Amino acid sequence: MKWHVLHPLWVTIAVIGLIIFGGRLLVPDDFGVHGRNFTYGYHRLGSIQDWKDFSVKYQGRDACVQCHEENVQLNNVSVHSAIQCENCHGPAVNHPGGVQSLTVDTSRELCLRCHAQLGYPNSNRGAMPGIEDRRHRRRRECSTCHDPHSPKERSE
Amino acid sequence: MTCSRRDFLKEAVSTTAASVLPLGAFVFLSTEEAKAAVADSEARYAFLIDTNKCVGCGMCVKACKNENEVPYDAPVTRMWVERYIFTKDGKLHIDSPMGGRDGFTDNEVYGEDIDPDDIAKAFFVPKGCNHCDNPPCVQVCPVGATYQTKEGVVLVDRDWCMGCAYCIMACPFGARYFHPVEKVADKCTFCYHRISKGLQPACVQSCAFGARRIANLKDPDDPATKIITTERVAVLKDLYGTKPHAFYLGLDHDVR
Amino acid sequence: MSEEYVVHGAEWTVKQLFVYPNEYIYWSIQIVMYPFMTGLVAGAFVLSAMYHVFGQKDLKELARFSLVFSLALLPVAALPLLLHLQQPTRALEPLLTPHFTSAIAAFGIVITVYGLIVLAEIWYVYREYFVTQIEKLQNETGVLNALRRVVYRTLTIGATDISDAAVHADHKAAKIMAAVGIPTACFLHGYAGFIFGSVKANALWMSPLMPVIFILSAVVSGIALCMLTYIVIMESKAFWQRRQGSTLEAHEIRGAEKDVINKAARFLVVFLILAISLEILDLIFRGYTAMKSWDILRSVMYGKDFMNIFILQYTFGNLIPLTLLLLPGRTIKRTALAVLFVLFGVFMMRWNVVIGGQAFSLSFSGYMHYEIPIIPHSMETLKEGVVGALAVIAAPFLILWVLNAFLPSLGREVEGPK
Repeated sequence: MKWHVLHPLWVTIAVIGLIIFGGRLLVPDDFGVHGRNFTYGYHRLGSIQDWKDFSVKYQGRDACVQCHEENVQLNNVSVHSAIQCENCHGPAVNHPGGVQSLTVDTSRELCLRCHAQLGYPNSNRGAMPGIEDRRHRRRRECSTCHDPHSPKERSE
Repeated sequence: MTCSRRDFLKEAVSTTAASVLPLGAFVFLSTEEAKAAVADSEARYAFLIDTNKCVGCGMCVKACKNENEVPYDAPVTRMWVERYIFTKDGKLHIDSPMGGRDGFTDNEVYGEDIDPDDIAKAFFVPKGCNHCDNPPCVQVCPVGATYQTKEGVVLVDRDWCMGCAYCIMACPFGARYFHPVEKVADKCTFCYHRISKGLQPACVQSCAFGARRIANLKDPDDPATKIITTERVAVLKDLYGTKPHAFYLGLDHDVR
Repeated sequence: MSEEYVVHGAEWTVKQLFVYPNEYIYWSIQIVMYPFMTGLVAGAFVLSAMYHVFGQKDLKELARFSLVFSLALLPVAALPLLLHLQQPTRALEPLLTPHFTSAIAAFGIVITVYGLIVLAEIWYVYREYFVTQIEKLQNETGVLNALRRVVYRTLTIGATDISDAAVHADHKAAKIMAAVGIPTACFLHGYAGFIFGSVKANALWMSPLMPVIFILSAVVSGIALCMLTYIVIMESKAFWQRRQGSTLEAHEIRGAEKDVINKAARFLVVFLILAISLEILDLIFRGYTAMKSWDILRSVMYGKDFMNIFILQYTFGNLIPLTLLLLPGRTIKRTALAVLFVLFGVFMMRWNVVIGGQAFSLSFSGYMHYEIPIIPHSMETLKEGVVGALAVIAAPFLILWVLNAFLPSLGREVEGPK
């Protein structure tokens, strides 16, 4: 038996050993099958906590009412009561901590998102009160006349 | 020596393989981990999207981008709104400018201005990741960087994804993309960081019309779950067999 | 957010009509190069095996060369992937945490196994040569020769017995390696076909025929490349010898051997016909069953991509070389031309599958045009543009040149092994 023919086999085993050993070093310990099966649950367990730790930006109306009671009360009894404050003012994050004052977006484009009458029958968009952009007070900001917090009131 | 060289070689190779396999299995199927994972979850989240209510304001897209740190001006998005306009001449016009991030403020589609009088039918369809029950994107990940949590939410491990884009190619709905800053695969996470704290996903909270809602399918008292189980709902592209969990009300036959 | 960001794919994708917001051509030129290179690897190895396993004596010279070329091509098969990955530093993960439900996870295992087989076979074939070289260099002086001695000594891995029995054992082992290597080489490339064929989301890719078409096409390209390289190298050597006024007799200055070329050409024709038949079958079935995707597929294949598919791939890449190879009175020059066309056809097939599959949107209502970056102006456009592709094409020849210094495989006067 010419044993030298097995030399490549020893090299192979060494390579496989290197890969497994490398795996032990480089792969995080919590990597494995978590969940229903190998197909859909093979991952690093710590990733789930990573996602839970992602920072929350939008705080919701209940956070705004604490300081901005007047505007929120006004809005609550208007036709815009279903709209989140942060939709137009941007995410609060930890306002007033990180960001002193949130944007007050008074652009026409913001209002046109809902109120540009596009003429879509049988669609909620068609049922929205709206304007033809070219025909109604062109290039003027809507908030000049309409109070965004309570649009049926005239702006001050 | 009675055995031939060939036999010896075969023997040696198979012994090596056999001894390597149990070591490999040890990595995959650690007992404690498997036990903990199989424990039944109290939640299975799903989206309930009512296209009858959607007005195409795009606030959901804007909120999603801000909440989830997807660069605002980058032409990629975790969720988007599509507009469908059927004109009376039988043509269908579909668009989603910047994913509907700025809403839809005129009737211009690919440079063509559509006269409202020519419109037979038009509506909006919000879309995103369907968090399927058999997610093909998870099946094709070569390294285990994407997975499904016990609540049914499909997530990406940013520290492990190597950016091969196989998951992006495998998603029939176009929900995935490469995050332009993180340089790994990204997609809707169901705002996992919010729902695990009892908050609503950013898109759901920002919708003033109730077109986007979430349901916990394991909670029979959840009003959205009641709609899904008692009313007629549809899913997108169900022929692919992925069992999507974004349920639609008012889905038209020609929605892509 | 004012951070610098790059939307991968936006640079070279032009969208037309309705395309989902996140859709871009993510798998660009490097993913075309990858199956092309693995195809060459597989084909080169199978050609070599034709001699070692199936005893095709006429292919002896070509076999040695194609074996070494197969080794030169192997790292180049991984190169396009490294250039494509968004996180190339994580490229070893398929070896560390392979998710076997994914076809790509097979890549790490298969390329490692196949690499070991090729290395082992080369070792068995060249071991005697290493030992004789060490003996020859014992009396030579100089740093370069000392270096070569060290290299050869390492390469023997301690096996220095070159008795007849030992060399005979080497030959038998080489035969076993070649036999084991054939299915491995086929798997190396077949699974690449499975990568595409199993993506149900892509209307063009999803087909059980994909892996088969890819394997056949791979063998075609491997044989073609070996034939072409062999012809070019042998003919140029003969040309230089003639120019230098060699004193050898005319019949001794030979270029590429006609018998060798003819035998290889015969195999090439068989596989070429098989590959084309399956591709045409796929096309016919699609048209006949007319699934939802057929409208947009038809408009892409018969409209936008008509030139790419029917003219460049089927006519230039298949029909013309078949004609050139089958017409009577076949010359070396005509064969070389045919083989060049075949290689082009195989490349176009990869292009039409990869890029063609991304030419239409998942919505079936829009198109994406691929504008390959030519002059790079960023890392992305360098790696995934023409420059990156050219680097991948040039690499195996550079590696072959380096390997040839230690594993000579060309020409009769070289002291290669038997």
